[in-house]
Amino acid sequence: MRRVVVTGIGVISGLGQTRAEFQAGLHEGRCGIGPITTTECLDLRFRNGAEVRCFDVNNHFSPKDADMIDRFAQFAVVSAREAVVQSGIEWTSELKESTAIVTGSCVGGQSTENQGFWDVYKMGKTRVHPMTIPKTMANAGASAISLEFGITGPAFTISTACSSSAHAIGQAFSMVRSGMSDVALTGGSEAPFSYGILKAWEAMRVISPTVCRPFSKDRNGMVLGEGAAMLVIESLDHALARGAKPIAEIVGFGMSSDAHHVTQPSAEGAAKAVRMALKDAGIAPDQIGYINAHGTGTTVNDVTETCALHLAFGDHAKRLAISSTKSMHGHTLGAAGAIESAAAILSLASGILPPTIHFNEPDPECDLDYIPNCPRRADVEYALSNSFAFGGLNAVLALRRFD
Amino acid sequence: MPDLTQTDELTQRILRIIAETQRKDPAQVTIDSSFEELGIDSMDGVNIVFALENEFDINVPDEEVKNIRSIRDMVDGVIRLIELSKETSKANSGAPGESAPAAS
Repeated sequence: MRRVVVTGIGVISGLGQTRAEFQAGLHEGRCGIGPITTTECLDLRFRNGAEVRCFDVNNHFSPKDADMIDRFAQFAVVSAREAVVQSGIEWTSELKESTAIVTGSCVGGQSTENQGFWDVYKMGKTRVHPMTIPKTMANAGASAISLEFGITGPAFTISTACSSSAHAIGQAFSMVRSGMSDVALTGGSEAPFSYGILKAWEAMRVISPTVCRPFSKDRNGMVLGEGAAMLVIESLDHALARGAKPIAEIVGFGMSSDAHHVTQPSAEGAAKAVRMALKDAGIAPDQIGYINAHGTGTTVNDVTETCALHLAFGDHAKRLAISSTKSMHGHTLGAAGAIESAAAILSLASGILPPTIHFNEPDPECDLDYIPNCPRRADVEYALSNSFAFGGLNAVLALRRFD
Repeated sequence: MPDLTQTDELTQRILRIIAETQRKDPAQVTIDSSFEELGIDSMDGVNIVFALENEFDINVPDEEVKNIRSIRDMVDGVIRLIELSKETSKANSGAPGESAPAAS
């Protein structure tokens, strides 16, 4: 089994259009949530989201290329380019043939589909745009990345709701660790701001009309976000041989399914995924210093996740530093696992743990250290990134600082 | 105040809708049934409120849904919202009495 390292990170999110802006936002505890501007909210009971502000597609794509892909796939390509630049990879023909692409997305290009359906159902038009199908497919991000770099290796997309990109990174990690590929581009992207999708979220009654306050007693729901994060991961030997500097190491991956309820999370299912990640990494619970929590800010998730951490960590739970960066970049659904893994990796590398912002009041049922409101300096060797999806599908990545 | 026969009829209608959405025999669902007895969880609650909103053309705020603990809370809340929407449309008489905002 080979060691697997991260050598490039690209992020586009509500905290800005680059990795540097993302990291600065995390370190400042900046809120990327504001009024939704890219779609009309009409009668919606909520108005806020964590949008990628001022995204000018013309800065990134030729007009013709931009027309071929939905916003979620545009984000995938933009973040993949940034990750590749940081990694310093040179695409030899051999490398292009073997590199893997594994992406995650929950709603894919449904915003494009939404527009087409609006045209026919509401506006009485008799045709939808011919690109509706290829723009809507969930794998459009993986396909666009493959076209961008001319990568011809294994490429596919995983869609497991809010765990999509954590599952994607876990799968890519397994492929590189086993020797199937030396290099993989992996992560996830999402762009869910269209009226029909927002109406469906409104109906679930889990969206906050204000901001996202994970683990705070006055929390009143999640806030949707958009964006993408992509990682370049490769075997340690491959990275060192080409003189690349690893940013962090992926050391383990744990998965489980709750078999409990389609929307209610299960503490035991989440705890199992955490235990599996620790076991896969070959580390003890007390070696973990930081957890980037799933922390959606709903009443039920945050209590259940706290309970899961007690189950998995026992006495060590109280000593963990935990934060939900969803308080800053929103819940980016299928991109969440990737954006939050990126946040955890940047925390390990920088020695600064991001806070849970909007934390107003401790909840007796959420009794751990959530790094309230202020970032914290801490040298942490091991971190986890938690993702727990509707449908009860859990994915946890174990990460290590690279010295 | 609503007259009692009317309220009783309304209560029966609400109970019937709850039974329908939960695929239960209507005889099983009474105003004193507990959610536990009926096996109703929070997602079921959201689904029932959706059916009631559609049936009576009312809007139940998220905060109120969170506070529903029993069938009786549901029935009382729906009757109150129906009364409220009647008063609103009386107050706006002359204008069309539509309580739900249109989608566009």
